[in-house]
Parts: sequence; C-alpha cells; structure tokens
Amino acid sequence: MKIGKQTIKLKNTPKILETSSAVGPKESNGPLGIYFDIKCSDVFYGEKSFEKAESKFMKSAIDNLLYKLNLTNEKIDYIFAGDLLNQCIASGYCIRDLQIPFFGLYGACSTFVEALMLSSLFVNSGYGTKVLASASSHFCSAERQFRLPLEHGNQKPPTAQCTVTGSGVALLVPHDIEKKVPVVTYVTPGKIIDMGIKDMSNMGAAMAPAAFDTIITHLKDTERKPEYYDAIITGDLGKEGTDILIELCKNYSVDISTVHRDCGKEIFDLNERDINSGGSGCACIAAVFSSYFYQELKEKRLNRILLVATGALMSPISIGQGESIPSVAHAIAIENEV
Amino acid sequence: MEEDKIKMTNKEYSEYVDGKAKKSPIIKNIIFAFISGGFICVIGQIITNICVYYKIEVKDAATISIVSLIFLGAFLTSIHVYSRIGKYAGAGSVIPITGFSNSIVAPAIEYKSEGYVLGLGANMFKIAGPVLVYGIFSSFIVGFIYWLMLFVR
Repeated sequence: MKIGKQTIKLKNTPKILETSSAVGPKESNGPLGIYFDIKCSDVFYGEKSFEKAESKFMKSAIDNLLYKLNLTNEKIDYIFAGDLLNQCIASGYCIRDLQIPFFGLYGACSTFVEALMLSSLFVNSGYGTKVLASASSHFCSAERQFRLPLEHGNQKPPTAQCTVTGSGVALLVPHDIEKKVPVVTYVTPGKIIDMGIKDMSNMGAAMAPAAFDTIITHLKDTERKPEYYDAIITGDLGKEGTDILIELCKNYSVDISTVHRDCGKEIFDLNERDINSGGSGCACIAAVFSSYFYQELKEKRLNRILLVATGALMSPISIGQGESIPSVAHAIAIENEV
Repeated sequence: MEEDKIKMTNKEYSEYVDGKAKKSPIIKNIIFAFISGGFICVIGQIITNICVYYKIEVKDAATISIVSLIFLGAFLTSIHVYSRIGKYAGAGSVIPITGFSNSIVAPAIEYKSEGYVLGLGANMFKIAGPVLVYGIFSSFIVGFIYWLMLFVR
C-alpha cells in the first residue's frame, strides 16, 4: 500500500530468512573481516578474468546461502540481481549456471537495495515464496569499466573511493514461515537527484543529495523520527559524502548524526593507502548488510534499521561528454518483530 | 512539496562540496614527484655515462639509455611494481619515459583477456595514444614554422 509521497507499506511483512556474503582479500583483512562467510585471498578467484571472478563471487555467495538452508536452486522462484559491468554480465553469467528465473537490475551502487525492495514486494504480493536478491562488484573489473588500467601508476584524489570486491545475497520468504528473523516493513524507492556534480572521483558528493531526499521523504511518509531507527545505514557515501549528508539533514533540522552509519566507511581501514574516502560499489552495502548488519539484527543488538543504498548513474561515456552525475537512493526498513 | 528540496542551487552546492572535499596534499606530492622523477633521470644519466665510458658516442649512448629506461618501465609494470611506485611518485613517475612505457604496457596486460588483436592490439595505446597524436602533430607544426623561417631568411 502506498503511503505519503513515495513509500510503500508492506502489509504482509516478508521475512529475510537468510543471507550470505563472499568477499575478496582486502575486505577480508578489513575491520569487518570476521563477519563474512566466504573469504577469498585471490582477486582472480581461480578464474582467468576479473569479470569471471566477479561472477564467481556472486555464485559462491548464492551457493553458500542455499547450502546453509539445505535448499537446491530449483526451489528458488525468482532472483533479482545486478552489478556494475556493461550489460550486467557478472550476474548474467552467474545465474546462467543456476537456472533460476532472473530479473537483471542496474542501479549502480544502489542495486542491492533495489533487488531487496523488489523481491520483498514480490513476496509480499504472493508472486513467489522464495525470492533471492543479490548484487556484486569487483575492484579490478570496475576499474576497467570506469577508470584507468590497474597497472597504470597514478595517484587518486582523497575523495576517490575504492570498489569493494565481493557479493552479498539475501533470501526473502513470506511471513508465515516460523522463524524469528528480521522482516521488511517499508520500502521507499528514490527519485533521481542531480546537483550538477561532474567529478567522477567525488561520488560521495554526487550521491549525498539523493540519500538526503530519500531519507527525508521516508521519514515524512512514515511519520517517523530518525531516532526511531537504531541505525540509518547508507551504502557508500564515504567520508565526504557522509559529512555532506549529515549537514544537509541538519540544515533541514533533522539530526541523523547519532544513528547514521556508512558501509563504505566501515568495510575498510580508512587510514590505509588508496582507500581514500572509503569503499564503494554494489558489493559494499550487499556484503556488509548480508554479513555484519544481518547478524546484528539477528542477535538483537540492532532492532530497527533503515538501509539506504545510493547509486551514481553515470558512465564513462556520459562523463566524457561533460554530463553531470545523476544519483538515486533507495531505502528499505528492516525490523525485528517484538 | 517544494520544502523537501535542498535549499541550494547546483552552483551553490558545487561550491559547498569544493569547500568540503579534502584536497590532495600538493606540496608533499610535488616534493615526492621531484625526488622520484629526478631519481629516474639520474639512472638514465648513469647509463649514458657508463656507455660513454666504454667509448660509445654520446648520441648512441642517449639512445641506449632511453631504450633501457623503457625496458625498465615495462618490466616494473609487468611485475606490479610500477603502479605502486606511481602511487607515491605521482607525476615523478608519469612524466619520464618510464611512465610512457608504463602507460602502454598497463593496458596491454589488462586487455589481453579480450584477445591479441581487438583486445591487446586495439587498447594498447589507450592512454599513450593522445600523447602520440598531439606530440607528432605539434612537432609537425613546429617543423613547418621552422621551414617557413628558413624560407624568409
């Protein structure tokens, strides 16, 4: 049911039954390293190309989830997935092997929450009883897609971010399954916001206004205060983006500074060289949510979270043609039932 | 619903962001670039001097030194060292001829996965290409002006 301007209230509150994550070496050695399910020390993951490796990250995350629940892929009704590569090849090739009906998504770094949103809506309206949501990214394939070759010796500005290598997946099931797990209560799809930022190495600044817009709209639509949530978690705003978001909200007299957290800031040690402003990419929020935050929810250290994934919807072509960076942010409210 | 919007124009936001963004440490970068760039040049000079010592003509010695540096750049790129140097050295490792070599070998390694012709071959000059195009074009212009000047004289 639509409430307010753009929020949907999920009457049947679908459950997030299980999650699984797979990450690369840098993430495994980061501050959240202990929470990830699959940790691979090789960026190639035994494959010939980075694109294949990215596919494999997603594949192993999904396989691991199925293994955890003792399910087979035929039992899954649908999968919503996406990544950063042209034509979403990482997800395409991964799901080719799985033989699950597939909806391919592109929302840049917001893909994971977009997938979560759509799969919970699907389950909510009864179109499926086991729906997967997944997203992946890979540092090396993203550098190829958007920036310079890996071995090129160059310096990055301090506002640049480092793409997370890995994947995260979540399984959505109807509410009547007896298991105490977090449920999805509201989703707020975002509008595209563009404040004219053209600098591809300052995506936090480009995406912060989109996050602001979606968060404010969500709070207004649901008539909630930021304090209602134990955490408002953004995907990959990084250091600069986080500061901007908090200040934008403050100017609007909404204070989210006490509850706000950013996956991009938490996944890496920010003092490390080349991390600069923090992590980014689809896998950033996907891997961090499906490991660390999901566990925090299950163990009731967090009970109500608002997951806001932001995506910068540019391409090297649009940047080359001097266009600014349009951004989108999607929010999903995940809560423990009392 | 106007009140939900950010109370800033794009220009104001852009200025606000510029004020917020952490700046690159320019002085530190310049010093690092100076030292590392100078170091590469010193290596070149050492090679030239050794050649001259062994009675090779200065002109040929310079060529040998350039070829050696190009090899060094390519070699260090292929063993993943040059990109690491570049993170500290910045322009110091981009501007010398070793950087030019790096800019050709780096895409060559990366695009090998798409085949030798349309991958490696087509993308090898992705970074160095513009340098070659405008370098050759401007030397043509300069040469033309020089020729005109000879004519006038």
